[in-house]
Amino acid sequence: MLQLEAVIKSNLFMLIKHRAPAVNFFKPMVFILCFLPFMLLVFNALNNELGPNPVEEIIRTLGDWAIYFILIGLTITPARKVFKLNWLIRYRRMTGLFAFFYVCMHFLSYIWFDQFFSIENIVKDIIKRPFITIGFISFLLLIPLAVTSTNGMMKRLKKNWGRLHQVIYPVSILALLHYFMMIKADYLVPGVMLVILSVLLGYRVILKFKR
Amino acid sequence: MSFLIKTASKQDIKSSDITNESDYLNRREFIKQTGILAGAAWAGGLGSPALANTSDYGSDYPNLIKTAYGKSEKLTSFEDATTYNNFYEFGTGKKDPAQNASNFKTDPWSITVEGEANKTGTFHLEDILKHAQIEERIYRFRCVEAWSMTVPWLGFSLADMLKRFEPTSKAKYVQFDTLYDPQQMPGQVRRVLDWPYRDGLRMDEAMNPLCFMATGIYGHHMPNQNGAPIRLVVPWKYGFKSIKSIVKIKFTEHEPVCTWNVTGPKEYGFYSNVNPNVDHPRWSQATERALGSKFWEPKAKTQLFNGYGEQVAHLYKDMDLKKYF
Repeated sequence: MLQLEAVIKSNLFMLIKHRAPAVNFFKPMVFILCFLPFMLLVFNALNNELGPNPVEEIIRTLGDWAIYFILIGLTITPARKVFKLNWLIRYRRMTGLFAFFYVCMHFLSYIWFDQFFSIENIVKDIIKRPFITIGFISFLLLIPLAVTSTNGMMKRLKKNWGRLHQVIYPVSILALLHYFMMIKADYLVPGVMLVILSVLLGYRVILKFKR
Repeated sequence: MSFLIKTASKQDIKSSDITNESDYLNRREFIKQTGILAGAAWAGGLGSPALANTSDYGSDYPNLIKTAYGKSEKLTSFEDATTYNNFYEFGTGKKDPAQNASNFKTDPWSITVEGEANKTGTFHLEDILKHAQIEERIYRFRCVEAWSMTVPWLGFSLADMLKRFEPTSKAKYVQFDTLYDPQQMPGQVRRVLDWPYRDGLRMDEAMNPLCFMATGIYGHHMPNQNGAPIRLVVPWKYGFKSIKSIVKIKFTEHEPVCTWNVTGPKEYGFYSNVNPNVDHPRWSQATERALGSKFWEPKAKTQLFNGYGEQVAHLYKDMDLKKYF
């Protein structure tokens, strides 16, 4: 019996040890997977496959993916704790940075293809139109998070790093609000996103009150 | 009784199948013919600037009258005009109507006429069309969402039709209703809008010669996703005023209820004239993107009354267009 236990333990040890190369293999794969929606969009844009209103398609698709990645990023910690999947933490920074990447591309496509770099019109839009104001604020709030995402910054900021990165909670709410405010009549898609976000944020609220 | 109904519906499906097939054959025949014609035109050094693509054109209207309206406009392609639609009865996505409307039954179709007119009642569409000489008009069409298209509409003047119902002096407005039939229109299952879709015009607007009842586009019968079998086209107003798949016309003394006005009273007014100087609260109306334009192409400037000011500006001459948006 004891022997068997030892064998299992050593095997488990091997498994954990051998997980390192698995991560080295999977991480680039996940990276490519996260990048795929963007590549697909560029490919379709260059091939004229985005339908009769390509600019709308580009801006909407990038905005959708930005929110998807915010939601995926917020899923990692609860999934890790609930399902005991500790290795998920290795993908948290990447999903966060991809959220930032898609937000940047979303904003860039707006200032480029929608406004053609007319600073005057962009500033007017941001000031005059609440849904753009809110989208812009969430973009600004993501910048410090992206800048402090390195290991060095993590060490330097110590406890404050965690506090700073809690900014993602209000950002996720603002991003979804930005989506809700541009809808004309059909709230189904952002409504589903809201349910998911409520679960993810609710989990954190419950955890806080339990302590 | 139920047996009878079943038989009837079975027969209907059959007959519509036959119609579709013959339409299809006609179209193929037409493509062949236009191919020859285009070849001849090319050989003779002629060119038609309005013709986006000869294969876009159908031949469902062999006797139609071509008019001078929009003769020099560059047309949107048939594909773009029929795959990018706002027709929430068939879903709120732009591609939804083209995907969900293919089985929509538009024959038989009737229109109920009510209110302040002498000749009210329910009329079969064939009886309404009997009087109409179908003509083609190329109109610019500007959506409130800041995109636009240019479409060769086939149909007849709204005023001619309305006059036949003999509206009384009490008729100050005319209201139109779209069909409400959630069984056929899957978008109506959810209460995205306050169904049935309704919109209306002031009588003098409705009597303006530009107002058009359309039963087809690009030589084809109206595709279902574009508002078959009959829809309104009001080219100087935002697209949502051009109500689709009309089943009711009501002459009223008071301003009628309009669906988008009820949905967002601060964003969609009763008049909804195209106006680059009055922004939608959430976006600018100064510019527009023509469907089919490339993503690197800048947007076009939107014109007051969508460029039809000469014909319609007098209708609003003492009105503050910022207040009556």
